Amino acid sequence: MIEGAPWRRWVFFYIPLTLFVFVLLFPFYWMLITTFRPDGELYQPWNSPRYQPFWTSNPTLEHIKYLFNETLFADWLWNTMFIAAISTVISLFCGVLAGYALSRLNFPFAGSLGTGIFVTYLVPQTLLFIPLAEIIRNFKLGDTPWSLILTYPTFLIPFCTWLMMGYFKAVPRELEECARIDGASRVQAMLYIIIPVAIPGILSAGIFAFTLSWNEFIYALVFLSSPGEKTVPVGVTSELIRGDVFFWGPLMAGALLGSIPVAMVYSFFVEHYVSGLTGSVKG
Amino acid sequence: MAQVVIRDLNKKFDEVHAVKNVNLHIKDKEFMVFVGPSGCGKTTTLRMVAGLESITSGEVLINDTVVNELPPMDRDIAMVFQNYALYPHMSVYDNMAFGLKMRKFERAEIAKRVQEAADILDIGQLLKRKPRQLSGGQRQRVALGRAIVRHPQVFLFDEPLSNLDAKLRVQMRVELKKLHNRLGTTAIYVTHDQVEAMTLGDRVVVMKDGVVQQVGAPLELYNQPANRFVAGFIGSPAMNFATVSLAEHDGAVWVEGPDFRIRPPQSSAGRLRGHAGRQVVLGIRPEDLRVANGSDPADLGFDAVVEVTEQLGSEILLDVKAGPASMVASVEPTVPAKVGDRLRLALNPDRLHFFDTQTEAAI
Repeated sequence: MIEGAPWRRWVFFYIPLTLFVFVLLFPFYWMLITTFRPDGELYQPWNSPRYQPFWTSNPTLEHIKYLFNETLFADWLWNTMFIAAISTVISLFCGVLAGYALSRLNFPFAGSLGTGIFVTYLVPQTLLFIPLAEIIRNFKLGDTPWSLILTYPTFLIPFCTWLMMGYFKAVPRELEECARIDGASRVQAMLYIIIPVAIPGILSAGIFAFTLSWNEFIYALVFLSSPGEKTVPVGVTSELIRGDVFFWGPLMAGALLGSIPVAMVYSFFVEHYVSGLTGSVKG
Repeated sequence: MAQVVIRDLNKKFDEVHAVKNVNLHIKDKEFMVFVGPSGCGKTTTLRMVAGLESITSGEVLINDTVVNELPPMDRDIAMVFQNYALYPHMSVYDNMAFGLKMRKFERAEIAKRVQEAADILDIGQLLKRKPRQLSGGQRQRVALGRAIVRHPQVFLFDEPLSNLDAKLRVQMRVELKKLHNRLGTTAIYVTHDQVEAMTLGDRVVVMKDGVVQQVGAPLELYNQPANRFVAGFIGSPAMNFATVSLAEHDGAVWVEGPDFRIRPPQSSAGRLRGHAGRQVVLGIRPEDLRVANGSDPADLGFDAVVEVTEQLGSEILLDVKAGPASMVASVEPTVPAKVGDRLRLALNPDRLHFFDTQTEAAI
């Protein structure tokens, strides 16, 4: 806490905090209010006498109805969920094993391999999608969920591996050694001791991986073309922006509904997730 | 029934030669303590016995079987770690049962053994708790319990009391000793604390820089240290050392210090005669120095100036300066010594130690 006179607390703590919270939450508020505003209010010019951008007196569900009845939003939601879930599971599985190996097995070049994996994470997707598109085309996976399920791990596995490496390093080595003396093989020690202890780390890696694939845009835009196969971010932007016309109501409704699952995942695991990031394991 | 034999054991970490040619025979039911300063190779040796560290060269035998290539799980040992290494996600019961579960024991047998160990260690009421709900001393007991439920051939202890506060450490030390008397399992115990080593060990191995300096019963190390390092390491406060020269006059050997001259008794004179005319290191323990009274022979004492007094209640430690040499003397609490006082100290002639200046080996 800031010490000293009350004005110091206001100037150095409450006011900056309020500004920060406002900047952070305002887009969500805007999304929410736009979702429930009728078109009549949305497309009023700013200088009209009854212009009130921050509130609505006639809330409506018409945009949400439009989204579900006139577009394939339900399909997009399902696609996104399916793709994000499967690619997260694949990436977590590989990331946990690789992270364990890189942090615990002292094989030659383990350190440089770890750095190498991290470097692959840094290669921008805007470069990587070109060769990947070629591969997807050769395997005839274009326009299927598998084109994304198999390409998302290219950035999710390095990410999970890196995060898990750090977490496993924080787990005392003695725990595993003790398990091995107690009669566990290396694999058993990993399954019964190290992984349960690392659950907070695995959960945070999982949440991050899920969010990253949920929000991913460029691969989804390039690899999927039929409206029924699209994910929420691509579907909403490609189907609800036609030419230079923005269908603000349904767009914002799509964005709002699209962010709810992620928000739910976060709130479910928030406790574990925070301890996964601050990560201390005590024996 | 288990003895542990270590033959020509070596460990190299890249350029560092951490353990050099260690040879030991730890007898069945023996409590063997490895002691030495940090980095002396004691823990590495223990970890090689446990199978947690690969062996560069040499052999480890448990019960006449070479275990070099056996994984830790097949060596039938149990280890207690400095930080306890309790599994944080398991209850105390599950922590203790884990080793038995891994070895596919019957449920009833597991329950019986855990209960038995819990009774011995008085932790029966803690079985349902998680490690984080325990105090340091309780965690230490659980770690011990986890080791004893397995009825292993050998116990390995890696500084198990270092994380406890001083009072608890003394208490647990006594309990460890009782436990060993009761179970009779062969034990190897690593510590850097010479008091722990002296009080717990049937025999003590003193190590320095990867080399075994001396192996022996605690009092043997105290009374007949093999070299200057062991002499200085064992005993608290540490032994005083002063460089002196040996001279032979009229058939008697004299020890001549910068500010004093003493005549060692006949018993040690024989050993010293060969070194006459050379410089040696004289070692004398603080408890073998006392304030001289009138009846002390003149050639067994020296004058000193008190620099610091440390009152311990049962004794007083006097930091004194005798010529250029600083020494500590442990004297009766009734001695009215003050800083700056000039005293005459007498030394116990039967308790003098001499070391070669070059090799540092005892003479």
